[in-house]
Amino acid sequence: MTLDAVDRRLVAATQGGLPLDPEPYARVGEAVGLAEAEVIARLAELKARGVIRRIGLAPNHYRLGMAANGMSVWDLDDACAAALGAEVGALDFVTHAYLRPRALPDWPYNLFAMIHGAGRGEVEAKRAEIAAILGDACRGSDILYSTRILKKTGLRLKGGD
Amino acid sequence: MSGPDETDLDDTDRRIVNALQEGFPLEPRPYAAAAARLGIGEAELIARLGAMLEERTITRFGPFYDAEALGGAFCLCAMAVPEDRFGEVTETVNAFPEVAHNYARTHRLNMWFVLATETPEGIGAAADAIAAATGLAVLRFPKEREFFIGFRVVA
Repeated sequence: MTLDAVDRRLVAATQGGLPLDPEPYARVGEAVGLAEAEVIARLAELKARGVIRRIGLAPNHYRLGMAANGMSVWDLDDACAAALGAEVGALDFVTHAYLRPRALPDWPYNLFAMIHGAGRGEVEAKRAEIAAILGDACRGSDILYSTRILKKTGLRLKGGD
Repeated sequence: MSGPDETDLDDTDRRIVNALQEGFPLEPRPYAAAAARLGIGEAELIARLGAMLEERTITRFGPFYDAEALGGAFCLCAMAVPEDRFGEVTETVNAFPEVAHNYARTHRLNMWFVLATETPEGIGAAADAIAAATGLAVLRFPKEREFFIGFRVVA
């Protein structure tokens, strides 16, 4: 998947957000030296290729009353991990789900699913829902709550030339 | 009841948060088009988005890029840090520019961070350097498969 220099300028100009202006794509175009129609066409192309996953807003979970988040982890039979992972990833309270390699003997889990809820009680109830879906294919599970953010920096792509 | 960090959103704000997590139009007057679907005016939608950004009810509005598609490499890593070294190790780990986020978590593996590098080779080099600097094993959990359906939070 390659991005040309113009695409990279477009990414650099929009990854912080779109202008709150009636014609945001025209404003972006002025900043990067493109016509509005070309900004729209290139963004549509990046969206079609999956480089842009979505265009919209990012809610702040804490402000919306979902202060608890748990990283639930599951040891799934490899034969059905992909199918079950997709099922877990489709649940509306799971924001991200990934298959990752185990690190035996320290770490037997291969499915990671982030669960959000109003409190730990709600997160645990949702974890139980996932356990019910996984059934016998799951040999063990755990949940890790974040207690502190030690560092957080946003993704920043260098601009085009 | 709202908690201390919660925002009191009115019904229109909630409808905006629920409707605009994806699918913002790619057309010359996108706010007008999105506002029409919500039954409000273009200026009102822009003003409400601005206010929600200002008070951090939403953290960003615009395109969300797939970081790997942009050419970077990422890897979740974990370490078991002895409690009495936690502060010192946090400082050492955070000083690496490749460490994008770092969280303390409830487990024997109590420090979880994401490495972000320009190339896939950079991941191994950074993880090795962190292991050398801390004297602790850095377990690596690269993503093998991601199940990404969308992003829905009901406000």
